[in-house]
Amino acid sequence: MSIADFFRKKNSSDVAKGRLKMVLVSDRANCSPEVMELIKNDIIKVISKYLEIEMEGLDIQITQTDSETDQGRVPALYANIPIKGIHTTSR
Amino acid sequence: MSEVIVITSGKGGVGKTTTTANVGTGLAQLNKKVVLIDTDIGLRNLDVVMGLENRIVYNLVDVIEGSCRIKQALIKDKKYPNLALLPSAQTKDKSSVTPEQMKKLTDELREEFEYILLDCPAGIEQGFQNAIAGADRAIVVTTPEVSAIRDADRIIGLLEANEIHQHQLIVNRLRMDMVKRGDMMTVEDVCEILAINLIGVVPDDEQIVISTNQGEPIVGTDALAGKAFANICRRIAGEEVPFLDLQKKAGVFSKFAKLFK
Repeated sequence: MSIADFFRKKNSSDVAKGRLKMVLVSDRANCSPEVMELIKNDIIKVISKYLEIEMEGLDIQITQTDSETDQGRVPALYANIPIKGIHTTSR
Repeated sequence: MSEVIVITSGKGGVGKTTTTANVGTGLAQLNKKVVLIDTDIGLRNLDVVMGLENRIVYNLVDVIEGSCRIKQALIKDKKYPNLALLPSAQTKDKSSVTPEQMKKLTDELREEFEYILLDCPAGIEQGFQNAIAGADRAIVVTTPEVSAIRDADRIIGLLEANEIHQHQLIVNRLRMDMVKRGDMMTVEDVCEILAINLIGVVPDDEQIVISTNQGEPIVGTDALAGKAFANICRRIAGEEVPFLDLQKKAGVFSKFAKLFK
């Protein structure tokens, strides 16, 4: 980020766009950000039993995707979970 | 071939009634046989926007209840004999009509009209269910604001759930000056967020207020919003029309100022 960017206030239209995208994700999935957070924590808990997760790059969200059965756009759970290593102790 | 089109938005005050009046009049200008139905029972408005409020004898609920024939309730437009209005009832409530009754009514109107436009009430309750019951396609109206877009998204979801898959978007009240300085979402932003095809962009135009004051739709005039509505009508009729360049409106002064920049 350059110094000019730092001083420039973020456009209100960008703010609106960002907020809308967030709110529509939970509207469409019929699930609130709190519920989303709970799902995320549970997924982490389960996977952590077997794998060591890189928490930095973790990304779990509900997005829109093209339906395979031609029903237009449908909500989908998207998860990108980078793995550091496999727990050998859990074997 | 006739088409039943519902004009809807979810949120109130984004321009559904103005859009219905102008699209209806514009289609009549293209020599189509058009009927407009105000489905907002209890909050009648399309009649005043069309300037036909003094000619109402019977209304939608009278027709549904069988107190009169459809023909008796239809009001012919002042200018276009091929345009008619079926006004809403002012003293009844939304539960006086059911979706099945609305579907039957629109199917009967198909015999005489090429386009049946339904002005949908705000909200997603029974009034909305009534309005979409007989519709083949939908036009979703929104303004470039978070609240209107959020509601439009909900409406699109409900249209899909009700098997109305042909729906297109009108972005109303766009202010190019605000878009340019980054204080209003662009049309592209809105379309991307809603993932829906665009059928028209209507600029925010003082002339709309003036034309509504007079009870004369703006479509067909030289005003930018009037041209935008005329283009929307041609697109509805199946023509491919390029989108207006809304930037063009720069006055003599700003053009002059540009020379010195």
